[in-house]
Amino acid sequence: MNLTYIDWAIMLVYFVFVLGIGFLLRRSVRTSTDFFLSGRSLPAWVTGLAFISANLGAQEVIGMGASGAKYGIATSHFYWVGAIPAMVFVGIFMMPFYYGSRARSVPEYLKLRFDEKTRGLNAISFAVMTVFSSGISMYAMGLLLQTLLGWPFSVSVLVSAAIVLLYIFLGGLTSAIYNEVLQFFLIVLGFLPLVFLGLKDVGGWSGLKEQLATVATANHFAPGALSHSWQYMNEASANPMGVEWFGMVMGLGFVLSFGYWCTDFLVVQRAMAADSMSAARRTPLIAAVPKMFFPMLVILPGMIAIALTYHAAGSGFQLPKKPDGTFNYDMAIPTMLIHYFPTGMLGVGLTALMASFMSGMAGNVTAFNTVWTYDIYHAYIYRHGSDQHYLMVGRLATVFGIAISVGAAYATTQFNNIMDMLQLVFAFVNAPLFATFLLGMFWKRTTGHGAFFGLLAGTLAAAVHHGFTLPLGADPGIHGGWLAQLTGMQISHVYSSDMAQNFWTAIFAWSTCFVVTIVISLITKPRKESELVGLVYSLTEKPKDNAKSWYTRPATLGVVVLLMAVVLNIIFW
Amino acid sequence: MRLDIRIPIGLLFIVLGVILTVYGPLAGQQVYDDHSLGINVNFWWGLVMLAFGIFMFVMGRRGTSAVRSTQDSPEGRKLEEIESRREQEGGLGPRGH
Repeated sequence: MNLTYIDWAIMLVYFVFVLGIGFLLRRSVRTSTDFFLSGRSLPAWVTGLAFISANLGAQEVIGMGASGAKYGIATSHFYWVGAIPAMVFVGIFMMPFYYGSRARSVPEYLKLRFDEKTRGLNAISFAVMTVFSSGISMYAMGLLLQTLLGWPFSVSVLVSAAIVLLYIFLGGLTSAIYNEVLQFFLIVLGFLPLVFLGLKDVGGWSGLKEQLATVATANHFAPGALSHSWQYMNEASANPMGVEWFGMVMGLGFVLSFGYWCTDFLVVQRAMAADSMSAARRTPLIAAVPKMFFPMLVILPGMIAIALTYHAAGSGFQLPKKPDGTFNYDMAIPTMLIHYFPTGMLGVGLTALMASFMSGMAGNVTAFNTVWTYDIYHAYIYRHGSDQHYLMVGRLATVFGIAISVGAAYATTQFNNIMDMLQLVFAFVNAPLFATFLLGMFWKRTTGHGAFFGLLAGTLAAAVHHGFTLPLGADPGIHGGWLAQLTGMQISHVYSSDMAQNFWTAIFAWSTCFVVTIVISLITKPRKESELVGLVYSLTEKPKDNAKSWYTRPATLGVVVLLMAVVLNIIFW
Repeated sequence: MRLDIRIPIGLLFIVLGVILTVYGPLAGQQVYDDHSLGINVNFWWGLVMLAFGIFMFVMGRRGTSAVRSTQDSPEGRKLEEIESRREQEGGLGPRGH
């Protein structure tokens, strides 16, 4: 693929702006609060766009495009079921405690609500998780640019790491958030023409549905299986995802989605940077509006890609295949970019792709340096430094956090399985977390011992469930069944897909954590109610929505957002 | 006063929009026939980006600044108070209980 000088010029312009923002913001970083929390001074629309942009990393753009090609419109469950309700919940019910408790991070909230050990467990697992996710993201980018454009892996990884490092080092969280907003617009404006051109090529929406019916029947599904999101969810075997609606709604829509959007500091940190309680609460709600239309931007191109591959009359787009003859779904969006974008627009599209990688990386890095500084360094290493000392620690944490991520990216090139295993362990750690927060925030009787052992039990339950079940057609090992193999026992259940197995692992982990936390809480000594004011729902004054216009009232906004999501589900039923 | 993010966003899209609209007609029809179904996507999408850039830039210049000081809201003032108290109590020290 040949890029011309115009594509390079566009990339250069983007890098100049990204770094320029970092340099301009350097002057406004004076205290550690400026660096880690943007001085709590950003308006809701800025934190709202950063809220989704931090999540709009590589995995999202590439992965959702791939799933769109593989599973069709049902992939939108990851948005309309797996994101919107949780985003509304965190904004309306949880943000008052995060923002109102003046905790500076999610682990710090756990410390205020429960105790030191629960915070330590969460802080350390979170810190490890963020640097490795950022490493995985870098690895994915390096590999993609290598396959697509023949760029050397090291150049892509090191250049993007250096740019992210520089702008966060200079401007802290504000710089990351500002760049995330910039990247948000770039991603939207960079990918939209792809959707238009692809749709035109395939013969519009009706042409797409027609082609998808061919694809579905060719894969032995009902003709509508790729163009309806709910109609074929009654049985796992009737839809390409291999999940039934209950596992999907409970596993994805409840446990995984609430676990991520409500407790992951990477996203919550953006809301904490808002300038007022009302702005903090509106952050996820404002984010939910563009989020629910993202399927159009990231899933639709994947669906178009697979439809065109089966469509003889189109312009000849073909989804590339892997050496073993199966489709390489991950290449759906990147190859579409190269197919439809002439030089010029191609530069914009590639820049948007890189922007998505970098915003995901920056989100991880800012969350890491905050948790490291407040919850690990300050809590366990050195307590009595000045504010300037912690500001410097935060900057240094940015440097070594990125350095570890780069190391992780290279490690992945050597040992692919190690990264898969790490991700699996993270899934075990994350799945039960929402039970802890739910009980902690809404049941004043929950104790620190209950939370801590509930979390451990939930993680263990996830591992046990995964170790004794297998997705259809997989060998015991990284896909599950490893405990059964080790102990010589039977595989207890075979799921029709690894997605179904994943959802049920989450459900088991959550339920175990929920029950164990309640039982241990009931037999341990509760904290005095006076210590829990501002941390628990029943003991906290309800925030008053006395804003003038309806769209600045979080509760009203939340209802509107939910109704919109329901309408989208019905349209694409 | 801190930078209003709409200004750099506006400038970026103005620059990108100008590059694309100018380059669009110069690239020759062949490249559009090869890629974008014969449509001069550079020119047209460049115009869209230019319009968006101008809109953001103007909003950033005349709108009330997107970044409000913490002093402008009751919660902000409360937080500043708490934080300054915390600083007096000794740096980042955890709130005692």
